[in-house]
Amino acid sequence: MHRTKVRIVEDALDANNTIASANRADFDRAGVKVVNFMSAPGAGKTTLLERVVTDLPGVRVGVLEGDVEGSMDADRLAHLHIPVTQLNTGAGFGGECHLDANMVRSAIPALPLDEIDLLLVENVGNLVCPAEFRIGEDARVMVSAVTEGEDKPLKYPLMFRACGLVIVNKIDLLPHLDFDLDKLLYNIDVVHPDVERIVLSARTGEGVEAWREWLLRIAARAPEGAVA
Amino acid sequence: MHELSLSSAIVNTVVKHAADRPVTAVYLRVGALRQVVPDTLDFYFEFVARGTVCEGARLEQELIDAVLHCDGCGHEWRIDIPAFRCPECAGSEVHIATGDEFEVEAIDVEEAECIAPR
Repeated sequence: MHRTKVRIVEDALDANNTIASANRADFDRAGVKVVNFMSAPGAGKTTLLERVVTDLPGVRVGVLEGDVEGSMDADRLAHLHIPVTQLNTGAGFGGECHLDANMVRSAIPALPLDEIDLLLVENVGNLVCPAEFRIGEDARVMVSAVTEGEDKPLKYPLMFRACGLVIVNKIDLLPHLDFDLDKLLYNIDVVHPDVERIVLSARTGEGVEAWREWLLRIAARAPEGAVA
Repeated sequence: MHELSLSSAIVNTVVKHAADRPVTAVYLRVGALRQVVPDTLDFYFEFVARGTVCEGARLEQELIDAVLHCDGCGHEWRIDIPAFRCPECAGSEVHIATGDEFEVEAIDVEEAECIAPR
């Protein structure tokens, strides 16, 4: 036996990105826009979906729910009468804490792509791993609740930088918290200058209109590579 | 915690290139912005590598500093905290010159000797 050095120089996440591109091509062909929706557990993702999905005129919405176990979130959305597909990550070793391109690929046959225009993918609640794995989405959104503290952008810069929109949720709780909203917004700007931000309360509805309009804008966007 | 997922990504990349040859070392370039804890990555890599051609392989991590470049004023600087606005002109058109790498640069593999006919 002798030892040989083999030069590779390949991003270790290339395999995921290749599958993400294939997903993206499938979604584009079906004319479906995809939003990857991420946050820590309990930041209010499901409530934010409930708030808007039936109020997007001319846009047929579907939801892909990623959870480690169970279908609680999918069950919560059942009364909205939109297609909800559950994807559990519990069975895979090393893939429990986030959705990756391959998991989403495996869910595509179960998605009613002909019946929807916009697919909202609710990722597993986690501020770390989901930031690393593209799934073939058009846009990435994260939710940061004011109960999480002002320092989160500095602690989880990968996530805050990975997103094109940062939603600051639960502002109805501000009177009860020692929380400095300006400081959070400043820290978001430090980590991701000029990123789009929406400050709202999914509970009271304050600011939710901007979130609704943002989704309408994404749904109306021409597919990438389309001739204008 | 993402070191587990990242270890799987490394092993998958190496397996693809190893062509069934046993791997004795993996050379990885890791940018500071990837927020990887080297010891944790070592720990998970050893674990995920079991039962693959990477079993027992040494993981050599080369850490790359995070350097940003301002497209507005041309300023280039190294960062230790994740602050992405240009300290010179306060511009936001800043790109990462180095520091977001996560690539397998090379591997050492064991090759069977060719048996030369006598």
